[in-house]
Amino acid sequence: MRPLTEAETRTVFEKLSRYIGENIQLLVDRPDGTYCFRLHRDRVYYLSEKLLKVAASVPRDSLVAPGTCFGKFTKTQKFRLSVTALDFLAPYAKFKVWVKPGSEQSFLYGNHVLKSGLGRITENTAQYQGVVVYSMADVPLGFGVAAKSTQECRKVDPMAIVVFHQADVGEYVRNEDTLM
Amino acid sequence: MAAVRVEEVLAAAEEQEAEKRRSVVVEKELELEFDLGNLLALDRNPPPAAGLRGAGPQREAQLLALARDNTQLLVAQLWELPAERAGGAGGPLVARLPEPTFRLPREKPPPRPKPPTRWEQFARLKGIRRRKRTSLVWDEQAKEWRRRWGYRRAGGDPARAWLAEVPAGADPEEDQFARLRREKRERVARNELNRLRNLARAHRAGTVVPAAPLHPTGHQSKEELSHVARVARVSTASLGRFQPRLPKESAEPPSRSGGRKRRFEPLLGNLAAERSRQLELLKNMSSKKPVLDITRAVNKQLRQEEAEAAAAKGKKQSQRGKRGRRQQRTGRSSKKSAARRQQQRPGGGSTGGSKRKKA
Repeated sequence: MRPLTEAETRTVFEKLSRYIGENIQLLVDRPDGTYCFRLHRDRVYYLSEKLLKVAASVPRDSLVAPGTCFGKFTKTQKFRLSVTALDFLAPYAKFKVWVKPGSEQSFLYGNHVLKSGLGRITENTAQYQGVVVYSMADVPLGFGVAAKSTQECRKVDPMAIVVFHQADVGEYVRNEDTLM
Repeated sequence: MAAVRVEEVLAAAEEQEAEKRRSVVVEKELELEFDLGNLLALDRNPPPAAGLRGAGPQREAQLLALARDNTQLLVAQLWELPAERAGGAGGPLVARLPEPTFRLPREKPPPRPKPPTRWEQFARLKGIRRRKRTSLVWDEQAKEWRRRWGYRRAGGDPARAWLAEVPAGADPEEDQFARLRREKRERVARNELNRLRNLARAHRAGTVVPAAPLHPTGHQSKEELSHVARVARVSTASLGRFQPRLPKESAEPPSRSGGRKRRFEPLLGNLAAERSRQLELLKNMSSKKPVLDITRAVNKQLRQEEAEAAAAKGKKQSQRGKRGRRQQRTGRSSKKSAARRQQQRPGGGSTGGSKRKKA
């Protein structure tokens, strides 16, 4: 476990800012204590100072996961967000998509969101903007990338893809062994 | 006596004649290859082995004779080229050489590619290509072609203009000519500074390249020498482990990365400093964003137009459409809700019904 380097921090923040914009500040600078990002086995964890001090005494080989995993660095040093970061993306998300109850399951099985399943979408969403997907009851289901802007969404046919799937909470079941 | 003399004289004359011919006619087992464009002759015949062994005047004479013979053949080839007299009948004889066919290796190694300047790096990053522009442009006033830049440029040199406009909002007392001169001087100085910086960077980059020559050259800087010493020290079978130390040399063997070590911040270091660094980074990132996102602006404009169009339509149809629709809806919903109420009354779930109506 080690702190992120400057370049790594930048990569992580750039990826996070696609979903929560400048709200990353609220993650970095929290009033309820000191929180930090740490790298462990190519994965980025977000954890409190208290937890960090405890985890520091665990040997590296024995340490499975300190804190919340935000995603992992690929071998080409790109950063991939994982669904475990959803708890921190959902409250700060700037652009949201609500999915109709009928197509919730399809999304949770890892499919893209089609126009027919689109319940609501934040006004002013640009194309390829990172969005957080909610059910109509405002339960965060996952996140993805807007395939169409809000304007285009109104005109496309019902079978067109509106949100590209990136991660959903179904992964907790589907990828249980590789999620950690 | 006299007869003998005549024979001798005749023999001597014949010998001389033969000698002359021998100097012109050269016999070779294999034909020479000629490349007249380069004035080159290739002799594939094996050299006479006996005479060349061992140093001495005999070998020199042999080599000289060989060179002379081959030159003779080359010159004979040259004489076969079509020739003409340059500058009339009395001029020297001139032959035009054919195109050279033999590809000579170049004398010096090809020049190394120059490291890109700062601007070239930037241009490559942004995909900026050099536009080719003619250096001459038509000057409408002078009615002639003039250079685009520099001395006697088209449109006149702005530094030599007799009139300078006072920009809006500028101090009217300020000497605009002086300002132009000063700005030009600053531009020139900045350009020169950047040029030197590029040179310095290129020089620095040259020392880091591992393929840099390790053999001694005329002058080597301290970094180059230490680099060479480091490489030499670890270039043994044991990677410099049992290499005797020079006086004043450090005890631990130099690392292969050249003394630079990959360092990370401590795990439990100064968390407040880390946070402030991250906040600074965020500030930098947000400041780099483009001021005007064109797609977003276009989308915004589209949305506004749509909203206006919708509002205009709504106003037109408000009198007729709304009332009718409302009546329909109320009628339908009342029927449904009544049915639902009847169903739900035994269970007593009134809240669920109201919620569904909202959605």
